[in-house]
Parts: sequence; C-alpha cells; structure tokens
Amino acid sequence: MKGTNLGEFEELVLLTVAALGNEAYSVAICDELSSHTGRSVKLGVVHAVLNRLEEKGLVTSQLGEATKARGGKRKRFYELTMAGKAALINAKAMRDQLWAKIPSLAWKNG
Amino acid sequence: MKQHHPPAWAQRFVEWYCKPGLVEDLTGDLHECFERNLATMGPRRAKLVYIIDAFKFFRSYTVRKTLFAHLFMNRIMIGSYVKTSGRNILRNKLFSFINILGLAISMSVGLLLIAFLLDLRSYDRFHENGGRIHRITSIFTSNSEQGGKFATASIKTADLIREKVAGIEEVTTIKNDFSGDAKVGGNALPIRGYWAEPSLFRVFTFPMLQGNPETALKAPYSIVLTESAATKLFGDQPALGKAIEIDSMTYQVTGVMKDVPFFSHIRFEALVSLSTAGQIHKSGPGFGAWTDIWSHAVYVLPSKNADMTAIRAQLDALATEENLAGKNSRIQLELLPLYNIVVGESLRQSEGGPGFTGPHLSPAVLWILGALALIVILSACFNYTNLSIARAMRRVKEIGLRKAIGAGKNEVRLQFLAEAVMISLAALLLSFVLFLALRPLLINMAPEMQRMVTLDLTPATVLAFIVFSVIVGVVAGFLPALFFSKVSAIHAFGNVSPVKTFRHLTLRRALVVIQYTVTLIFITTTAIGYVQYKNILAFDLGFDTANILNINMLDNKPDAMVQALGEMPEVKGVSRSLITTGVGNAWGGIMKYRDSRDSQLVMTNHVDENYLPLHDYKLVAGGNFVSRPATAGAVSEVIVNQQVVKRFHIAGNDPQKAIGEQITLNGRKMTIVGVMQDFHYGKVENHIGPVAFTPWTPEDRTILSARVHGADMPATVAKIEAAWRQTDRIHPFTAEFYDEEIEQAYSEFSTMIKIIGFLSFLAISIASMGLFGMVVFTTETRLREICIRKVMGAGAGNLMFLLSRGFLSLLSISAFIALPATYLFFQILVLPNFPYHTPVQFTELFSGLLVVLLIAFVMIGSQTLKAARSNPVAVLKRE
Repeated sequence: MKGTNLGEFEELVLLTVAALGNEAYSVAICDELSSHTGRSVKLGVVHAVLNRLEEKGLVTSQLGEATKARGGKRKRFYELTMAGKAALINAKAMRDQLWAKIPSLAWKNG
Repeated sequence: MKQHHPPAWAQRFVEWYCKPGLVEDLTGDLHECFERNLATMGPRRAKLVYIIDAFKFFRSYTVRKTLFAHLFMNRIMIGSYVKTSGRNILRNKLFSFINILGLAISMSVGLLLIAFLLDLRSYDRFHENGGRIHRITSIFTSNSEQGGKFATASIKTADLIREKVAGIEEVTTIKNDFSGDAKVGGNALPIRGYWAEPSLFRVFTFPMLQGNPETALKAPYSIVLTESAATKLFGDQPALGKAIEIDSMTYQVTGVMKDVPFFSHIRFEALVSLSTAGQIHKSGPGFGAWTDIWSHAVYVLPSKNADMTAIRAQLDALATEENLAGKNSRIQLELLPLYNIVVGESLRQSEGGPGFTGPHLSPAVLWILGALALIVILSACFNYTNLSIARAMRRVKEIGLRKAIGAGKNEVRLQFLAEAVMISLAALLLSFVLFLALRPLLINMAPEMQRMVTLDLTPATVLAFIVFSVIVGVVAGFLPALFFSKVSAIHAFGNVSPVKTFRHLTLRRALVVIQYTVTLIFITTTAIGYVQYKNILAFDLGFDTANILNINMLDNKPDAMVQALGEMPEVKGVSRSLITTGVGNAWGGIMKYRDSRDSQLVMTNHVDENYLPLHDYKLVAGGNFVSRPATAGAVSEVIVNQQVVKRFHIAGNDPQKAIGEQITLNGRKMTIVGVMQDFHYGKVENHIGPVAFTPWTPEDRTILSARVHGADMPATVAKIEAAWRQTDRIHPFTAEFYDEEIEQAYSEFSTMIKIIGFLSFLAISIASMGLFGMVVFTTETRLREICIRKVMGAGAGNLMFLLSRGFLSLLSISAFIALPATYLFFQILVLPNFPYHTPVQFTELFSGLLVVLLIAFVMIGSQTLKAARSNPVAVLKRE
C-alpha cells in the first residue's frame, strides 16, 4: 500500500525524531541530520517531510511553550506514533534480512 | 549593538499565504535560522536567506486554501471592475484623455525599444548549433599595444585547435574582404564576400540549394554564390558549373546557397574557397603565421556536452606554447559565444573589410537607451498617479460604499489596478499607431540602423507589447491602488473634509518635481549637445574644406579623370592624396631621427604637390614637394608638422633650421622639405600628434580632391559624374563634399542628439500634460474660494499669482536641481573627452528652461485666467 513505505530521507527524519526524544522540533532535526549525514539539509525539505509523515500518521505534533527566542514564536514538537515505531522496526528488519543474505566471500573480494 | 530583525515584508508574506495552524512554528523556525545566520554570516546575507526561505516555504501544504478561493472570487469581480472603470474613464474625459495620450506617447518609445531589443536578440538564432558555436577572440599584447581584444584570429590558431584541442567538433576559418568585379559574358558586376572552408557549412546553418556543401569550398578557385547573387550575375540561367572571371582569375561556381538571413552577423554575397587565398597569398610574408591575427575569424563548434573550462585551459596552454617563439608580441585566446557577438563586448578589428564583424552594439548603449525610455515611461506613469490621487476626493464615497458592502483592501486595490491596466491597454492601441509612424523614422535615422534592425512585427513582439502595456498599467496604478485601499468606510461617509484627502500632497509635489527635473535635464542636454555638435562641425581643422569634392578613384588610375576635371571651368584645382584626413581615417608609419632606438608612430598621408595649396595648409618653413617620384621606393622628400619637430627636437626645435634635416620613415631616409602648422589629422576628440606628408606616387590608391566653384553645384557634380562614367563603367561614382564627409564622421553624435531631442520632446509633452491636468483640477476645486476672494475684491492678477504660486515654486526647485546637474554632467563627464571643446555657455543652459517655463506659463496662465474671470454669481449660486 502506498503511504506505508518509507523513503530514504523519510526514514532518516523519522529516526532523528526518535533519537531526539523530547527535543524533536524542525530546526533541531535539521541540525541533527546535517551533522550526522554530513550533507547540508534544507529546513524547507525537513518541514515538508515532517508534514508528510504527519499525514501518513507516523508522527504527531504539538506546540510547545512560548519562549523569548524565535521572536516569541512557539516550537512544534514531533513525536513518533505507534505506526511510526512499527514502520522504523519494519524498515530495519527488512534491511537486516538483506544484509544477512550477502555472502561473506563476495563481500571480501569486492 | 544594533538589533537586527528579519525583513518585515517577508514575514508578512509568510503570514499572508500560510495556513493559520502552521504560521507560528514556521515563522518561528525562520526566525531561529535568521538569528543563527546573523552570527555566522552577517545581517545582509541573513536577511537574504530569510527572504529566500520565506519563498521556499510556499508549498502546497503550507498555503491557505482560501487564498485560491479569493483569487477565484476576484475573477468574478473583474467584470464589475471593468464596468465601473469604463464608466469612470468616460465620466472624466479630460483626465482620461491626458492619461491615455501621455501613456501612449511614452509607451511608443517603449514599443520601439522592445522591437529593437527583440530584433537584436534574434541575431544568429537560425543556426541549428547556434548555442554551441563560439568565435575566437585574440588578445594582442606588444610593445605599442596593451591587450587589445580583436574579433579576428590567425589561420594557425584554427589549425592548432583542430590538431590539439580535444572536445572540439568543428573549426572553420573565414577570411575577410573578398571583393572584385565579377565578369560574366560581357557585363561585370561588383561582388563582395568572404573566403571560407568546407567546414563552414557544418558549423553554420546556411542551406545549399545546388551543389555539394561538403566539397563546394574545397578546390582552389571555387565560388559559392547566394541565390540573389546568382540571379544578379546569371539571370534565370543555372549558375552551377559556370565560370566567373574576377580580377583576371577564373572561378568555378560550385554551389548556390540560400540568401544569408538578415539577422546574421556575417553577411556575404559569395564565398570563395579559402584554399584560393592560400595560393594567392602564399608568397606574402606572415600569411598563416601565429601573429597574423588581423584578417581571419575563427569559429569553433565544441562537441555536445563538451567541458568548456577544459577547452579554455587547452587554448591557454596552446597560446602559451606559441608565444614562446615570439619576442615582441603575445596573443591570448578567448571564446565568445555566437549569441554574444552582436550585443556584447566591443572588440576591435584592424583596418580591413568593412562590416566584417557585422553589426554590433555594446550592452552599455542598450542600458542607457533602456534607462532613457524608462524615465519617459515613468514620467507618464507619474501623471496617472498624480491625477488619480488628486481626484481621490471625488471617489472616496464610491470606495466607502464598496467597503461597506464587503469589499476588502484587496478588492479595492485590484479595482484600481484594473482601471489603470484598462487605461494602459487603451493607450497601447494609440501607441501602436505611433509605433508604426515612428518606425521608419528610427530605422532611417542612421545607415547603421538600417543594417542592424528591421523592427518587423512578429507574434513575439506583439505579445511583448501587451505584457509591457499591462506592466505599465500596474506600475501607474500601484500608488493610487494602495492609497484608495486604505480609505476607511467611516471616513468616507463622515463629513469628510477635502483637506484630509490631500494628505498626499508631498508625494504629488515630489512626483511633479521629479518629472520636471527629468524634462529639464533632457532638454538642456539636447540644447548643449546640439551647440557642441555644431561647434565640432564648424571647428577650424587647420585647413580649408569648403567646396572641396573628394572623389574616391577606387582602383582606377586617376590621370584621365584629372585631365577631365582640369578641362571643366567650374573646377579650380585638383589634387591627389591617399586618404582623406580629419574624418577619422588614419595611415601611419614609424619615424626615427638620429637616435635609431627612438622611434615614434606618426600619422601619414601621401599627397601630390597640389594638395597643400588646394586645402590651404599653412607652411611655417620650407616649401612644397619638388620631386614627383614614380614609385614608393623613390620617395625622398617629406613635409612634417610642428609636432614632429618638437617630438624629435630636430635642429633645436627651430622649423627654419629643420629644413634639409634627414629623418627615417618606415626605414627609408627622407629629407624634410617643409614644416606645416599643426592641424587636425584625426577627429576633434583626438589630440594633435606628429604628422608627416610624403609625395603621392602612381602606386597609391587615389582620392581626388577638386575645388569646385560655380552657382549650380548639383549640375557640376553631375558633370563630374559623367566624366567618371568615361573612366569606370562598373562602379558607381563615389564622391562627397569634404564638409559632408566631416558631418558623417560625427554622425553618431547627430544620432544621439536626435534620440535625446526626440525623448526630450516627449518628456516635455508628457510633463506639460500632467501639469495641465493638475492645474485644471486645482482651479476647479478652488473655484468657489476664488469666487469668494473675487467678491471680496481680489483682482485677476492677484488671483493668478495665488493659483500659480505653488506650481512655479515646484518648477524652480526642478530647475535648481536640473541645471547644475546637467552642467556638471557635461563639464565633468562628457567634455573632457574632447580636448578642443568650447565651454558650455549659459545661453544653451537656460534656453531649455525658458522653453519649459514658457509652456508652463501658458498652461497655468490660461487656466487660472479662466478661473479668475468666472462669474462669482454663477458659481456661488449653485449651492
């Protein structure tokens, strides 16, 4: 079914949301991704992906407390839903299976 | 430390389009990034990034759905806007007329410019590989020359590129200036073209009608004719395979190709195989040498997806290697894309075939023209803005009603924009008629213009016209729309005092001042330019040019013509010379005196013994030429000007003693027989430099100068032309009066003055119309006040002063800005380029002002007088 499959970048964002725990909001996710992947990740892209993940029901979001920073604007914090967790586990399992199938001999020669 | 904020408008933009639920965290995120960027890359970049990001967030999921609904609703409303706008236009006939006429006049300039630009843009687009073709530019550096960029390159460059540079699909060389008289059967016709290689047809798209494009230009003495050249020479008979005799050599017609399109930077009637040139010029020195960059254009066609940086690097390496051998000169190679040839960097070409590089215009000229057109158009937009806001009072109630029944700011804004666009579209119709009327005038203004553009209408031009007109409408209606959208319903229906709606007085005054400043700058520039131009034409060059007819003998021997002229009673004298001086032509030689290491480039001319007396050159010392050498090798006498004596300190700077001294000119020893007073060899913008005249020999080409007297000049010229027919039956008679030739030499100035003069005429009409509208409006609104004053005993003069005071002060502010600005512009920027100019006079500075003031007085005066004369009883009774 379309919508349950995760794209590569979607998966990364989802993982980051999980990794950041309570601090998962757009800019933090963006920074985390940039530092881990080494590529410059654009805020607009992260926003779009978060929005899509929310539409798919993989994450939920709520506005946080107002602070003095950010021009007085509140942050939107993201959290994984059960479906989101399942999707991540699913993706990992699929990868692990494929990894297990690589013959070790072929790998060494490559 | 200064607190920096993200740009407010970008923030508002996000808030406008974004869904309410997303707005807060989105703007918050942007803000956070902004603060971070502020620290890392400074306020300016941070703001830019903020703006870019604000636009990047405009995505389907962030945009309010209602936004689209609004746009849809506006579309329904447009019908209503059109209706009310139409009514409004018809109700205020005078103002609509002023607006439409003003916009139409100014837009016609815009239309001409658009057609002009589109024409320039369409150059060379017909080549299928056009996007890939590049021309080689040679940058030449030597002792006397610092990095001059030439549009030409050497044959060797082409060969080396073919051999060594990877990533090039084709190379083709064109050699300039193939011309001669083509003899077919009994008749002979002049023909002009280039020498070219077979690869020409692979690089460029010139379709061949008959003959094989692969082989047509291979063998020596092959010629490919264009369709019209073939018809010219052979009529209806097939040209292919026929023989043509040109300059006593026989060429075989190996192909007939389609005519070269007008919008091609290379134009020719015929192509001769380059291998012919190889055979003819083989003996000549330097042909095919690395430094022989003067007469060939080399075009390259890189292969698809070629790495241009790699090709450039290879060209650099190639040039560096070749330069090792040369001692005195260095050449670097550059690539110029085909589409940047016509509009692009100005490149030089050595004296050679005329029109070799084709038409050319530097982008700076286009920018200046664009700026001038923009100023005129903006001036007309100002009229619209001014008159609309001035009439605001009468429409405030309408806006109030609209707002009361639910119109928002947007709707009101759109209504006024729609109105302005309607006016500008109406103006487009009128300006299109003007465009058609002005087009031939513009094209015929200068011969270069005729060769450069056609200004034909194409679908693209028409579309551009409409888009342009809509843009003009939006620009004109922008401020009124903003102003009216702010009117609140409560104020509109409250007992609104007119004073309140006049809050924008400062804005309107500023617009009038800007308009008049620009107008005055235009008109004074025209006046000063015209006077300076006339001064240049009347300039004393140091010799007499009156009534001298210069006849270009082309390749004919002048003797028969000299004899024929000598027999005419109207001709008082004839002289022979190599070139005509004082109009920008130049011929030079290297001169040395005693010190063999001290050499100087001097300008030369070869003249016969009649030349100096005929042109009334003044000799300071010595006399005319005595010998009449038959060959260039036998020349032993030279007449120099004072600058030469000064430059070489000949005989202690004493002209008298310089006679008899020996100098070397182009490696040949010569004796100074005379010293001339300094005169202008070049154009007026050049400094006077050293000049040397040597005797004319029969080996030289000839310009005959005939001093003509008599009442009927045209008849005399016709008589001389008849004599020419006896000498040369093929070529047309090319003769011109010296004074006219000088006028042509400065034709770019006269073109410039004509353009600016035309624009200043437009600017003054537009500004005057605007002023007229404002005066009419002011007097109308103040009519009752005037009548009360009149009842109280004010006189007509008194009232006129009262009404015109405001306008006159605005005009004086404009004059105060414009006149010094123009004066400084000329004194600091323009005139220093002309070492022998006359200073700007106050008469031409103030004549423009006088004209503008006079027109303004007439308009203000007539209206105020009308108001002052009105009958108070009739006006005041109305209430």
